[in-house]
Amino acid sequence: MSGKNWHDVVFRRMLYGFAAVAFALVLGILIFLIDMGLPAIREGGIGKIFAMEWNPPLKLYGILPFIYGTLVSSLLALLIAAPISVASALFLTQIAPHRLGVIFSFLVEMLAAIPSVVYGLWGLFVVTPWMRVSVQPWLRDHLGFLPVFQGQIYGVGILAASVILAIMITPTITAICREVFATVPAMLREGVLSLGSTRFEMFWIAIIRGSRNGILGAMILGLARALGETMAVTMVVGNSPEISASLFAPAQTMASAIASEVAEASGTHLSALGVVGLVLLLISGFVFYLLRVMVRERQRRSR
Amino acid sequence: MLNGAGATFPYPLYSKWFDEYHKLKPDIAFNYQSIGSGGGIRQLLDETVDFGASDAPMKDDQLKKAKRPILHIPATMGAVVIAYNLPAIHQPLQLTGALVADLFLGKIKKWSDPRIIELNRGALEPLLSAGDPDVLIVHRSDGSGTTAIFSEYLSKVSPAWKSGPGQGTALRWPAGIGGKGNEGVSSFIKQIPGAVGYVELVFAKTLRLPYAWLENARKEMIDASPQAVTAAAEGMISTIPDDFRASMTQVDAKGAYPISSFTYLLVYTEPEDRKRLAMKEFLKWALTDGQKLAVPLNYAALPPALAARVLKKLEAPK
Repeated sequence: MSGKNWHDVVFRRMLYGFAAVAFALVLGILIFLIDMGLPAIREGGIGKIFAMEWNPPLKLYGILPFIYGTLVSSLLALLIAAPISVASALFLTQIAPHRLGVIFSFLVEMLAAIPSVVYGLWGLFVVTPWMRVSVQPWLRDHLGFLPVFQGQIYGVGILAASVILAIMITPTITAICREVFATVPAMLREGVLSLGSTRFEMFWIAIIRGSRNGILGAMILGLARALGETMAVTMVVGNSPEISASLFAPAQTMASAIASEVAEASGTHLSALGVVGLVLLLISGFVFYLLRVMVRERQRRSR
Repeated sequence: MLNGAGATFPYPLYSKWFDEYHKLKPDIAFNYQSIGSGGGIRQLLDETVDFGASDAPMKDDQLKKAKRPILHIPATMGAVVIAYNLPAIHQPLQLTGALVADLFLGKIKKWSDPRIIELNRGALEPLLSAGDPDVLIVHRSDGSGTTAIFSEYLSKVSPAWKSGPGQGTALRWPAGIGGKGNEGVSSFIKQIPGAVGYVELVFAKTLRLPYAWLENARKEMIDASPQAVTAAAEGMISTIPDDFRASMTQVDAKGAYPISSFTYLLVYTEPEDRKRLAMKEFLKWALTDGQKLAVPLNYAALPPALAARVLKKLEAPK
């Protein structure tokens, strides 16, 4: 073996080694969660795990309320954040004067740098009182015919959690959308305009439609962040494992349930929290898989 | 260096103790992590710490998991209070056990409930003219020794609670919203008119939350105070077993506050190595001079007769 090749081999092996670490970590965490959750699954069976009632003193560990809380709060957050983010990105890339765009982008990215516990504090002391005094009474008075806007008003609850989550994922979605919109060739935009379309039509046809996959990818990345968010949610969601039609009602998410109960849990209770962690990992994994599929689709089409 | 982990509730007192003791004996230092009672017990059983701390005594099956005998040292005592937000009321609300249970069961929806009005003759008039707010229950969302003590009390005063939500560190609450930690519960109570929840006396005092007087087993209305907790301990001293694992809720004694509890330091009794001896010396100090530091911090001092029993046990664990 020549001296030159020897370096290459070591370098290659090192890279293999580092890559293996990442792989081993994912596998290790998965094995840990399965091992932790097995006693609860064995004791109750899958049927008892995917049940409605979480009641530790009665040894009932149904995790559906947590899955419900996680999915509803995250999807609702996405519903609020997506239009705002796409509009911000449009403004930043197409309308804002360069200087203003730079400042505005910086501010949006700052939002991503705020620690989640700070969002939680702000949510607890500013957003939830505002929800209780203004937003929720207004929703109940004007849209109260919908079941989602009925019931007792607490301020904290699934709606408050969704609003906080929406604010937290907006910078992620905005930043990605901005990158995607910036890649739309000027020629395309000018072409659409020269065909006599209005500016709005140009945005719609040339930019948004052309970037559909990019926008979807950005939304999924935002969703993934919302699914796993723990601290900010646990402070405003009301922490009650209930499935209620009303968005005013308190709920509980998977991440928040684990963080809340793990300190004092033991035996089957602890094991059931392991199952919650496993399901959360699988759901997040599925969302990332979706993202990969979409990116691949986009690459194939653009070829 | 002595390492410990466990209950959050006694942490302010323990850190004061560790500080003062370090001044007395500069070669002994403590490191205590207030990670919760359950975590403290787990770490003690794993032997990753020198001592544990827990609000509730360890259960038999937990003790069986230990490789060596564990001693429960009642270190101090505290009270859980019913704190509320009723801005129109200026004198303390008075409640019975049955009423507290019905509130937390979600059966009482309005503060103008006839039984509450009857019990608080005249005191609630300003409340009714202020619009009679809805009752909003606030409970702990995290697993907690405080919840265990409170739900044990509710199970003693209400058959409906006993057969319903039951007792434990985390419950399926029939009503209301959950806040994280004493501070989460307190902040919801402070924010929302009509809210009522349970917090440690220490917390209610430092945050100046109003809290209710409770009727005890002797039908006396008792204001929570370190003295009323010590009264509960004195009233049950003869029934405390030799391993000191005892509950102090709804004690039938004069002047006893009904939701009182011990909090324990947990130590292995063997082998008698240097660390163990240092810990023993510290415990002796905590049970004597240390007790004087409790009341200023709103913890209750152990009755001297009980402290004497614990000291004796410490010398001869078997």
